[in-house]
Amino acid sequence: MTKPLLDVEDLRVRFHLRTGTVEAVRGVSFQLGRERLGIVGESGSGKSQTGRAILGLTPPPGEVTAKRLAFDGIDLLTASNRTLRTLRGGRISMVMQDPKYSLNPVMTIGEQIIEAYQAHAKAGRNEARDKALAMLEAVKMRDPGRVFALYPHEVSGGMGQRAMIAMMLVTDPDLLIADEPTSALDVTVSMEVLRILDELVTERGMGLIFISHDLKLVSSFCDRVLVMYAGRVVEELEAKNLREAQHPYTQGLMRCLPTLVDDVRPLPTLNRDPAWAL
Amino acid sequence: MAGAPLAEQPAGLRAWLLSPEPHSRWQARLGRFYLGWRAFSRNPLAVVGLGIVILLILLAIFADVIAPYSPVAGGDLRTQRLLPPSETFWFGTDDQARDIFSRVVYGSRITLFVVVLVALIATPIGLLVGTVSGYLGGWVDTVLMRITDIFLAFPRLVLALAFVAALGPGIENAIIAIAITSWPPYARIARAETLMIRNSDFIAAVKLQGASTPRIIMGHVVPLCISSLIVRVTLDMAGIILTAAGLGFLGLGAQPPMPEWGAMVATGRNYLIDQWWVAAMPGLAIFVVSLGFNLLGDGLRDVLDPKAAK
Amino acid sequence: MLDIQNLQVVYGTGRLRVDAVKDVSFHVEQGAAYGLVGESGSGKSTVLRAICGLAPVSGGRVLVDGKEVTTPRTKAFYRTVQMVFQDPYASLHPRHTVDRTLSEPLAIHGEKNDAETRILQALREVGLGPSFRFRYPHQLSGGQRQRIAIARALILRPKVLLLDEPTSALDASVQAEILNLLDDLRRKLGLTYILVSHDLAVVAHLCERLLVMRHGEAVEETTAEALRSGAASNEYTQSLIQASQGYSRASKQPATALAG
Repeated sequence: MTKPLLDVEDLRVRFHLRTGTVEAVRGVSFQLGRERLGIVGESGSGKSQTGRAILGLTPPPGEVTAKRLAFDGIDLLTASNRTLRTLRGGRISMVMQDPKYSLNPVMTIGEQIIEAYQAHAKAGRNEARDKALAMLEAVKMRDPGRVFALYPHEVSGGMGQRAMIAMMLVTDPDLLIADEPTSALDVTVSMEVLRILDELVTERGMGLIFISHDLKLVSSFCDRVLVMYAGRVVEELEAKNLREAQHPYTQGLMRCLPTLVDDVRPLPTLNRDPAWAL
Repeated sequence: MAGAPLAEQPAGLRAWLLSPEPHSRWQARLGRFYLGWRAFSRNPLAVVGLGIVILLILLAIFADVIAPYSPVAGGDLRTQRLLPPSETFWFGTDDQARDIFSRVVYGSRITLFVVVLVALIATPIGLLVGTVSGYLGGWVDTVLMRITDIFLAFPRLVLALAFVAALGPGIENAIIAIAITSWPPYARIARAETLMIRNSDFIAAVKLQGASTPRIIMGHVVPLCISSLIVRVTLDMAGIILTAAGLGFLGLGAQPPMPEWGAMVATGRNYLIDQWWVAAMPGLAIFVVSLGFNLLGDGLRDVLDPKAAK
Repeated sequence: MLDIQNLQVVYGTGRLRVDAVKDVSFHVEQGAAYGLVGESGSGKSTVLRAICGLAPVSGGRVLVDGKEVTTPRTKAFYRTVQMVFQDPYASLHPRHTVDRTLSEPLAIHGEKNDAETRILQALREVGLGPSFRFRYPHQLSGGQRQRIAIARALILRPKVLLLDEPTSALDASVQAEILNLLDDLRRKLGLTYILVSHDLAVVAHLCERLLVMRHGEAVEETTAEALRSGAASNEYTQSLIQASQGYSRASKQPATALAG
């Protein structure tokens, strides 16, 4: 098999606090090709920290260790800061949850995309501007020229998130990590944003890691799904085989959601087996 | 064995305080206080500050016992004036042959008196004005804030001068003057905090229970403003001490023969070159106590205001 | 039990005027659960706030138990209608213990006599033991906080409970527990619910009838039955139903579906 895009083996993220050490991620391993991988978990499962660890964005006092953490053969653990900076935004990008907090409030959207582009490509301002406008069109903004000059607070949540996607994909990265990209958006707007993401990822043949708490969404969007609980991966399966999930946590997670299809009363609740956290 | 129970007891008390399931209101409150204390004591400078403040309080309480001489009665004016620090007179004597050490010790009472009274007067006023203004908004807010602005416009010393000119010099008038100029910043802080929490769900929830405005302000808004205010008041104390000292220096605060530190520095300035200790000792006392309050205030801020913590 | 007639809520004036709710009407029988569904900006939460007095009623009428509400609301009103808020992290006072939070409504209404018993009973009703009584909110999980919020709302034995997205901020597994609790309590205590949510499945689970709202207006009033059976509804409702099923590539052109 060809070299995987991302090779993660025994990833651990620890936070050394005054009151003790907290292990947010406890030995996560997976490989990613040019496919879509979903990481699902509830709050505290360690899914976001996994995404950040890949990009080297773990906030202090966090400590990241792994047997292997490599992107396209490059060892991310021993890479110099310079190499990491080139990779971040250039070959690996991240889209985060709430554009209200992830876009710079004092720069126009166009400026931010230009900045993102110029950080990784030696391009003049005009070329960068053209690229930015092209990206805004690619994310289906109705009037790219107008949106270019707007500030983040002047656009709706859905538009902000699309702007974020434009900014993150303008450098044509190989891997995109999306951390709850639609959780802060309305359901119909989410669908639009996901559609755009779907097209772009397919078009460009990128790898995608989709982190979310929404099992249904992730399994309908991705090819493979990792289910995380208490810092570990408790189940890994093909999205289409979700119904045949083996681990009781995954099964419990699926069954506890109310659906429009059947009326189960009372809703089956998760009985957390302490054995899952071991 | 005698040793074993003693070793268990601290663990027992700590465990009781840190229990995640307190059994009474007091256990819960003490537990929180204990956690706050632990966070505070991790900062060595803050503990130093607290130590200085405690020392000040102890000096004030036990002045009679600690001071070897009387602060107001001088010794022999022919032989004991302006003596340098020695074994008999630790800080030397002043121009009235009074022991400076004893005067500094008794002066701590005046300093504490001023600081506590100003805090007790200014803080409730500031708190009340700020929370009412922030919570009610509208014209109440406008009127109260403009009144606050008026008081803020006066420099402390100038207002104190005006007061003293009107009412005559004395420590009580100095205290009133300082208190009147101290409350506006507290009102501003209280108002800012109130504005932040005014639209919170928990305030909405208690409104929905039919709570009256005074209940909401006293029971729900004020507890959340207290932390910021405590920090600000503590940090202000250094300034208050200096202002009182300044007034004393100008002869407007404590009147002779009261051993107020600022007044002592004033008398000492005539002898600064040759008998430096007359001004330097009370000056040092002012410095140490101001520093103590500043360190304490910084330490409290790190514990009480998580946003400002390093 | 609850009658909303041509409700209108307007914020601001002139250029800054926002018509948050425009002419919404519905009726809820006693003991029933009624849902308000919509996306952000639909005005559903504003309707709840208008009912309990947190938002101004600029037009129309709100009737509780046949009587029109007064502004400001009376104490009797607050004994009849209570609300559970969305964010469990914001709806409990951070410096008050659970005991204080639960005893306050009793103190306000002068029912301090058997406060202790009622507090313990309230905790039991929401599935928490007496060990929770003196904890502070930061010592509780999201689900536990929401239970306390429900206990607080129920301690005065209201007849109507307004639920503003009570489970949106909770994990899926915790949501199931809270939904079961709410379901249980409605039956046991004979409560009337008005549930606001953006999640159709949650609304269909708890409520019999519901109103779909959009941009402050009522789009369609329907039943949970109808939603489940896929009976023909309004286009907007259909798009909400479809969106709740998860992402589907099939809705795109065939070419992309084959490539996927």
